[in-house]
Amino acid sequence: MSAPGLEIRGLIKRFGGLVAVSRFDLTVAPGEIVGLIGPNGAGKTTVFHVVAGFYPPTEGAIAFEGTSLVGLKPHAICRLGLARTFQLVQPFAGLTTLENVMVGAFNRAPDVGAARRRAAEIVEFVGLGPRRDVPARHLTLPDRKRLEVARGLATEPRLLLLDEVMSGLNPTEIEAIIGLIRRIHARGVSLLVIEHVMRAILALSHRLVVLHHGEKIAEGPPATVARDPLVIEAYLGESGEAAAR
Amino acid sequence: MAARLAPLLAAAALVALPPLMPKYALEVLISILFFGYLGACWNILGGYGGQFSFGHAAFFGLGAYTSTLLFLHWGVSPWIGMLAGGLLAAGFGLFAGYLSFRYGLRGPYFSLVTLAFAEMLRVVAVNWKAVGSSLGLVVPNRGSAPALFLFAEKLPYYYVILTMAVGALVITRAMERSRMGYALAAIRENEDAAEAAGVDALSTKLSAMALSSFLTALGGTFYAQYFSYIDPSLTFGPAISIGGLLPAIVGGAGTVTGPLLGSFVLTPISELTRAALRGRAGADIMLYGLVLILVISFLPNGLVGWIRARRAPAGGRR
Amino acid sequence: MTWLFLQAVVSGLLLGGVYGLVASGLSLIFGVLRILNFAHGAAMMLGMYPSYWLFVLLGVDPYLSILVTGPLFFGIGVLIQRIVIEPNRDAAEHNQLLLTLGVALFFENLALVLWQGDFRTVRVWYSGASFLVADVLVEVPRLVAAGGAVLIALGLWGFLRTTDVGKAIRALSEEPEGARLVGVNVARIRGVAFGIGSACVAVAGALVTPFFYVAPDVGESFNIMAFVVVVLGGMGNFLGALMGGFIVGLAESLGAAFLPGSLKQLVVFGLFVVVLLLRPEGLFGTRRGR
Repeated sequence: MSAPGLEIRGLIKRFGGLVAVSRFDLTVAPGEIVGLIGPNGAGKTTVFHVVAGFYPPTEGAIAFEGTSLVGLKPHAICRLGLARTFQLVQPFAGLTTLENVMVGAFNRAPDVGAARRRAAEIVEFVGLGPRRDVPARHLTLPDRKRLEVARGLATEPRLLLLDEVMSGLNPTEIEAIIGLIRRIHARGVSLLVIEHVMRAILALSHRLVVLHHGEKIAEGPPATVARDPLVIEAYLGESGEAAAR
Repeated sequence: MAARLAPLLAAAALVALPPLMPKYALEVLISILFFGYLGACWNILGGYGGQFSFGHAAFFGLGAYTSTLLFLHWGVSPWIGMLAGGLLAAGFGLFAGYLSFRYGLRGPYFSLVTLAFAEMLRVVAVNWKAVGSSLGLVVPNRGSAPALFLFAEKLPYYYVILTMAVGALVITRAMERSRMGYALAAIRENEDAAEAAGVDALSTKLSAMALSSFLTALGGTFYAQYFSYIDPSLTFGPAISIGGLLPAIVGGAGTVTGPLLGSFVLTPISELTRAALRGRAGADIMLYGLVLILVISFLPNGLVGWIRARRAPAGGRR
Repeated sequence: MTWLFLQAVVSGLLLGGVYGLVASGLSLIFGVLRILNFAHGAAMMLGMYPSYWLFVLLGVDPYLSILVTGPLFFGIGVLIQRIVIEPNRDAAEHNQLLLTLGVALFFENLALVLWQGDFRTVRVWYSGASFLVADVLVEVPRLVAAGGAVLIALGLWGFLRTTDVGKAIRALSEEPEGARLVGVNVARIRGVAFGIGSACVAVAGALVTPFFYVAPDVGESFNIMAFVVVVLGGMGNFLGALMGGFIVGLAESLGAAFLPGSLKQLVVFGLFVVVLLLRPEGLFGTRRGR
């Protein structure tokens, strides 16, 4: 009997002749924080796009809580309880912070009033309270990142996919996001996190999965994976800066 | 205080003054409300949904022809025919919309395909004897028959179009504040992000299309009953397609009052130009072109957007 | 039956040549400026008038008049681009579309105001000339128009391949960032591209005056045809536009031969919708995203 949560089995994603992801297996059990790491171009965001329904898998099975996600549109996947953020933040620029989050809240809220209440609570939770009525286009990058997370959280997911939510942030901001992720986890949301900020992902994850050229090269507790020679070589070989972070 | 009073005074004027107005002024006012109505209908899909249709005449024509044919052949009251036309137009809208959205047509491609659909309907009408081909259809008006949407005077038509225009505004406002309004705004801003947040983009856009096309078709019936004559190029042609979208753009796409305000500005310009340059057909549209260029260049959010920006630089959705 | 078919094919190819030139211009403009120029048909219609007036007032042959029309509309195109389009180059896509719509409305009706809606014709000595090729009638003016159009389009293609300006245009349409980095004067090239595109379509207008009526409403039908051709041939794909022109010409002509009334347009529009839905990059284009 399969455990609930996210289950990816044998995922292959090809773009024409290019194989972006190959024979990829991954599970995220309820209550877990799984880190997905790897050098740039490894295929991590592609995995997110496929899981969230933006690309169809070339081959393989993807199920969330027992329901197959293959062939479902992104909004249907969101309905099932799986939300995602984008690597390049995508706010609804003309809407205010609250309105942005309300869009997500409508996923479960039965009416406008309920959506607004839920969104207001989430806005406070992520620390954007003072920016509630500011149009998203006027938000700073760190605030946009929070907004992105808030919008995903408002959909009341059981699994949240975070894509490099810390990129472009300074150390203080990164600390704050680490705290936010912990608080989200404490609310009962499982997380699958793509990150390049090594110390953050090492600190947060229960388990790490390493992707390189579209293939999983390592998996295990953070401490073990961090010492894995294959992993170190993958990072050093591709770009010295990533490993040095 | 004055700001709050002004709309109320305007509303009161619109209701109370017309019986006192000279015939020509009343005609212009009807025209203003008519294009304001069309603009509001277009606005639902275009301004709020961000899908700029260049072929809304398709729905207009379907409405006009449906109610007229039902009336001419089976004596069905145009009030009922209006609804039938609306449903047919909504059906066509869903069909065209499904094809377009399902195949991911956005932006200019969507505009082009809607233009093509309108033109196709026009060509069909021109070549179909049963609907009158290019000679069109005449709606016989032998005097007052309110149950048959026929009036001997202009004044009752005025109140009909006034009700329709106000109705369109009320519907727009209700939609704006509803779940659908938020969904449309999200789609308009960023469709992929909207989908990721649980918004069913296809279904939402189709809803907007159905509502927009249904309401536009009602305008077609009004036109048929008011002018007593319809033909393919009048009802399916660019004059209606453009005539609907211009007020919305100029007044402010994606706002409740934009289309009506836009029509209050544009239609008198057109009338004055036509009156001043008698015999010089086209001068009014030429001015429209110029106004469009100027508005896009200097007031990209339309008049309403400009007014709001002067009042509250902070911005936001409303 | 076969004769009807052959006749339709010939007529279609002849008209298609002109469509191809019209679409090449539109395609060029789209490739560089990334906008659908709704004013294209208006430019074609306006391009007919210098030929008409030069003929009526000075007896200048329409084919000679393209020496005037071409440069004139190049200049007008550059001006329009500079004054109207360039200042708004960062505006939302749908707003840029509306901008060209505004230009179209302005110029179409300017013609109406200046010259009224009367149909005018340019009747030269060869207007009715024709010859038979195996029972198929070939009208000389149409042949010259098609030939001229194809020659100009090919010349343009050569220009784009060999000259510096041409290469800059291609660079800008294929790799905007790269072009900027190597020092292409983006603003100037955008103006030039719009100018060339407008000149092409205006010259196409001049070429058809011996057999087409001159009136302000001509622009609209050619506008739609131009879009159909460009969508078919592939947005931004120059030779594809030429091929698309022939395909549309054929579709329209065959439609006219076998369908009553003006239903031929349904064939063309139907083709248009199908291509838009199934292969929006055109039959010859490369996938660019919709």
